[in-house]
Amino acid sequence: MNNKRRKAETPVADFRDEYPRFTPEMKHTHKLLVPDMLPVHFGIILDILRRDGWDVELLTNDARTVIDEGLKHVHNDTCFPALCVTGQFVDALKSGKYDPDHTALLITQSGGGCRASNYIPLIRKAIKAEFPNVPVVSLNFAGLEKDSGFPMDLKTILKLAYAVFYGDELMSLYNQCKPYEETAGAADAVRDGCVKLIGDAFAAGTYRRYKRIVREMIARFSVMPRTGGEKIRVGIVGEIYVKYSPLGNSRLEEFLLAEGCEPVVPGLMDYVMYCAVNNVNDAKFYGMKRGSAFVFGLAYKYLLRMQRKINAITKKSGFAPLHDFEHLRKCADKVLNQGVKMGEGWLIPAEMAALAETGTENIVCAQPFGCLPNHIAGKGTIRTLKHMYEHENIVAVDYDPSATKVNQENRIKLMLATARENYGQRKKQGT
Amino acid sequence: MGIDVGSTTVKVCVLTEDQSEIVYTSYERHFARVKECVLAQLAAVGEKFGGGDFTVSVTGSAGLGLAERSGVPFVQEVQAAFKAIRRYYPDADAAVELGGEDAKIIFITGGTEQRMNGSCAGGTGAFIDQMATLLNISVSEMDELSLKAEKVYPIASRCGVFAKSDIQPLLNQGARKEDIAASIFQAVVDQTVSGLAQGRRIKGKVLFLGGPLHFIKGLGKAFKETLHLDDEHAVFPENAPCFMGIGAALASCAEKPMPLAELVSRITAAKGSDDIVTGDPLFKDREEYEQFVARHSRSDLPFEDITAYTGDAYLGIDSGSTTTKLVLITPEGHLLYQHYQSNNGQPLDIVLERLREIYALAGGRVRICGAAVTGYGEDMMKAAIRADFGIVETVAHFKAALYFDPKADFIIDIGGQDIKCFKIKNGAIDSIMLNEACSSGCGSFIQTFARAMGMEIDEFSKLGLFAKHPVELGSRCTVFMNSSVKQAQKEGASVEDISAGLSASIVKNAIYKVIRAKTPDELGEHILVQGGTFLNDAVLRSFELETGKQVVRPGIAGLMGAFGAALYAKENVQGGSTVISEAELKYFTYHSAGRVCRGCTSNCNVNVLTFSDGRKFISGNKCERGAGRKPASDELDIYAYKYRRLLASAQAAPAAKGKKAPRGKVGLPLALGFYEQLPLWAGFFEECGFDVVLSEESSRQLYFKGQHTVASDTVCYPAKLTHGHIESLLDKGVDFIFFPCESYNLDEGNSDNHYNCPVVAYYPELLRANNERLNERNFIAPYIDPNNEHTTVRALKKALKKYRLSARVIRRGLRAGFARLERYREDVRAEGDKILHAARKEGKPIVVLAGRPYHIDPEINHGIGKLLTSLGVAVLSEDAVYFRGERVRVNVLNQWTYHARLYRAAEYATRHADVNIVQLVSFGCGIDAITTDEVRSILEKRGKLYTQIKIDEINNLGVVKIRLRSMLAAIEEQKRHSDEQQAQKG
Repeated sequence: MNNKRRKAETPVADFRDEYPRFTPEMKHTHKLLVPDMLPVHFGIILDILRRDGWDVELLTNDARTVIDEGLKHVHNDTCFPALCVTGQFVDALKSGKYDPDHTALLITQSGGGCRASNYIPLIRKAIKAEFPNVPVVSLNFAGLEKDSGFPMDLKTILKLAYAVFYGDELMSLYNQCKPYEETAGAADAVRDGCVKLIGDAFAAGTYRRYKRIVREMIARFSVMPRTGGEKIRVGIVGEIYVKYSPLGNSRLEEFLLAEGCEPVVPGLMDYVMYCAVNNVNDAKFYGMKRGSAFVFGLAYKYLLRMQRKINAITKKSGFAPLHDFEHLRKCADKVLNQGVKMGEGWLIPAEMAALAETGTENIVCAQPFGCLPNHIAGKGTIRTLKHMYEHENIVAVDYDPSATKVNQENRIKLMLATARENYGQRKKQGT
Repeated sequence: MGIDVGSTTVKVCVLTEDQSEIVYTSYERHFARVKECVLAQLAAVGEKFGGGDFTVSVTGSAGLGLAERSGVPFVQEVQAAFKAIRRYYPDADAAVELGGEDAKIIFITGGTEQRMNGSCAGGTGAFIDQMATLLNISVSEMDELSLKAEKVYPIASRCGVFAKSDIQPLLNQGARKEDIAASIFQAVVDQTVSGLAQGRRIKGKVLFLGGPLHFIKGLGKAFKETLHLDDEHAVFPENAPCFMGIGAALASCAEKPMPLAELVSRITAAKGSDDIVTGDPLFKDREEYEQFVARHSRSDLPFEDITAYTGDAYLGIDSGSTTTKLVLITPEGHLLYQHYQSNNGQPLDIVLERLREIYALAGGRVRICGAAVTGYGEDMMKAAIRADFGIVETVAHFKAALYFDPKADFIIDIGGQDIKCFKIKNGAIDSIMLNEACSSGCGSFIQTFARAMGMEIDEFSKLGLFAKHPVELGSRCTVFMNSSVKQAQKEGASVEDISAGLSASIVKNAIYKVIRAKTPDELGEHILVQGGTFLNDAVLRSFELETGKQVVRPGIAGLMGAFGAALYAKENVQGGSTVISEAELKYFTYHSAGRVCRGCTSNCNVNVLTFSDGRKFISGNKCERGAGRKPASDELDIYAYKYRRLLASAQAAPAAKGKKAPRGKVGLPLALGFYEQLPLWAGFFEECGFDVVLSEESSRQLYFKGQHTVASDTVCYPAKLTHGHIESLLDKGVDFIFFPCESYNLDEGNSDNHYNCPVVAYYPELLRANNERLNERNFIAPYIDPNNEHTTVRALKKALKKYRLSARVIRRGLRAGFARLERYREDVRAEGDKILHAARKEGKPIVVLAGRPYHIDPEINHGIGKLLTSLGVAVLSEDAVYFRGERVRVNVLNQWTYHARLYRAAEYATRHADVNIVQLVSFGCGIDAITTDEVRSILEKRGKLYTQIKIDEINNLGVVKIRLRSMLAAIEEQKRHSDEQQAQKG
């Protein structure tokens, strides 16, 4: 079975283009630009990085020129997120606001079997001609891009984990309050206050007292005056970028709010834990990298315990908690094997099933046009899910630079019309 | 009252107060003037009923914006249809509705479900309109023709651009319009059934709604036949076009009534939104335009009067996809006669007519000494008029361009259907870039659009010259552009702005998508633009603005192919010309008929043209056999060898060795990963005592068989075909189908990781989820990492629990399987060696057709291997050479087993002058978006040409042939050039 040909035997031809490296000294000389992937979470994370001495800026440019630059620089068939991220970077660099000799671009990299792992070379290629001195920095946990990685230590990782938990909780509370606020903007004000609260905790070094921080956030949201009544809950799942990024999904959350719905967005921590579990599964299924799998297993247990505590606190307060990850795994097993691990893989059907089981039957499954893993894990599982959950009402929406907004909104509206009808019928049956 | 504002029409309908009676309906095209059209119809309503109070709702795709801005209630159109169905046809089981840009299916019984097409406009009313324009007939004429069809050609309907490239060759080959019309409707049906139903069968009583289905009888017929419905179960309601309007009216009952006058004033007051982005005008003022015109008029060709000229002349014909071009020149290159015409159906008629005219004008004074044909219709035209030469378009264009500017280092040609770009280095073609079938954005798009606006193309494009605010329409494929245009119109952009915007987006598409330039400077210093589309000043100006350079556009930009052909004839003719004479021409007629070739299993639809002198011309065939000639030997085609060898690997050791009865019958689908791993799994199962049954070989029929279970219509064709293979195995009655999920492929040590692509890795999950005939018992899909024996044995033991195989047996089976796989690979390599040596001995060029293992399936590669051998080329595959290449480091993450082979194969090719790479790419393969750029950069870094061929379910070998011939011609040219330089040095 060891079909491996020894690597040393054949000579190596190097076809790589030269690119600027990112060195740790640049921490003091360069500004790092960060694409707008998850507004709430990245806000918190950037705050932490700044406190650690980094000069970072979250890009918020979202004009049409962003997409145009993306179209110019990225291959037609490459997925939409790559195009958005690249476009946002190039557009920002071209704006003249940043000194090309003292700017670097920061991007996350997962290292899975999906082409998303290739964003970095794509971005490098895109800026090569016009901004040859701007390094691209990889933020990853898989040891990729060793010569241009963002320096990671245990403490930073720990801080990031806490930040993701806080971001998830904050996003979830906000989504549960925003549709019901009595005065417009009240929920936003509370959210901004919470961001500050979290920031202060990181500054004071008390960020690990998460129970207190979560309770405080809940307290702030629960005193916010809210209208009674019930709105239709709409879950958002899908490819990680278009699921969260307003630039990627044409401001889906805002659209749903305007349609009088309550958006239900599963947390980012689910994706982090999904990645950890995949490493554990690789060891279990295929006997790979047992050592690192052990570490990932420990990390997973740690995160799970924390997630459960936060969920318990949330539940007690009367707000709906986020998903329990073990529950998500069980949901996944009902639909497809956890071996489907490329892209968002089994996490997508797991979230769709978990949403249905926790009372959110209307779902937008967002994906970039032609997304490979989503053929299987997204569109491919809808039929099974509809069999399992009679009232599950899913619309798969493709995001693409040229698909018109009308087209996307019309499809979501169809889903919402069905949702309202189901809701009406359920009410009738209830009385 | 219900108002249905669709993408092309406005429907208004009025019901009585108790909803019992429909008292008024209207149906009108709005030509993008939505508001005006709605208001006009409301005025008609007002006249009929006087003022009065109405409850109103708006529905339809274009109604969404209107409703929002006027504050009139909106109801989603599928929902509206559903309301109307429940009221008028409570016993219906399903409904199919086709609209201008949407297609919808509503399942009513057995779980209500409403589906709508994705963001592609394929298979809709707009698609049919586009096709009618292409055939140059009205939709109703097309309908009538279709009813007289004798046969149906396969046509892709997923996307209008694709369908065009299917239809164009048929037209050029002289296929009957009746058959084409019927084929178009069949394509729409297939698209609806596969793209929308996605695994759910449409059965029971089915309603057919929407304008196209109401007005086009042929379409309804195709639906009935495909779905096997009788008259009782296929219902075409009288009010089908207005059905949604009626639904909207029903839905409006829940709303508050308002006086008609208020409705009118609300809609009148609705503002256009300011969502559209606009750019700068093309010209500041008239003066700037006139300077521009003056500058370009300098590159015109001198004329010579044919009615006065006496002497020799050379004829060049460019039989293009949408237009036919013809020139006659003197030996000095003066223009005697020129003609440029759209193919309204049969291009041969045009050429014959023009030839007659030339002979008449020349009055015996002019002798045609040579004639050459180029373009899509080259073979047919050459046969018909007995031209001396047939040359590849690219060569013709290159020749013509150098005539105008010997220093040219970049040539871009935008024609009706395609975009060709050449980089010139040292007087030879250095690289060729052609557009892919998908991202066309060429001239014919403007034309289609001009016609949709009821204008001729000249008039339409002139309007754009002085547009104040050209709209930004993006630079993607035409179908998407189509909806961008419609959206811009809905937002109130003027025709002028749209015309200018279209010109700009064609240019951007060419520069950034086809040439893939990051900055305009990459193009070159001396740019020559040509092709009919550049005769359009707005396009030319947009190009100059975008590149910031002044370019040369010859006055005969549209005739460059023909001009180049004439030049070629002049340079190469020896002795007299064989071209048809004036006398012969007088009595020349021809007749066209279609038939199915039974030469092999491909069952090509061939078209036979019979000329009055008894000669025949056959087209549409994939190989020589179809044309009635002996097929070229496939000895030098490793694709043919691999396919045969792979199939043979499954029948190596039948279980009936007399040992014992088989444990069971296992089915292995001939799909995706099995094209590499079949020997492994066949060997494994046979060793373990199973009978191995393979699915039938791929064909389009097989695809149709599984089409109804395809879940995602944007997935690649190799994956879609898998559904048919599963059906085939189920029909063969196997005990179970084995189809492992493999995140990881075998590690060949070429790359940093060894993944499979997500589709290959997990497709079994999708199959199981979407085929109701599959269950846990008859479909076994364990998760396996074939690199690890221990876990593989464990996984197989568990998966095959029912058969109680011991670990020992499984291990033995696996070893037998791997041994068989190794033998297969060694044989492929040995065959590769053999071909390589044979080709070198015969001095034949060698092409490494680099793709994936499953590309050896003749239904997937459409016989490209055969085509190459018929062009005198030896064909190798990536896995027959990659191990000879050095390991490579590339810019991207090199993490897929099959893709890593491509890089090494490319590296190998760079070190051998007689070896070239043609990369085969399946449409929709996202990973190849990354590999193609890398393979190209490997080749170009070492001065090699890169050629890519995109393949999909459609079979369009004509285009592929041009591409391959261009490549061969360019290689030839390069070689000649370097030989010359060598000689000079020596």
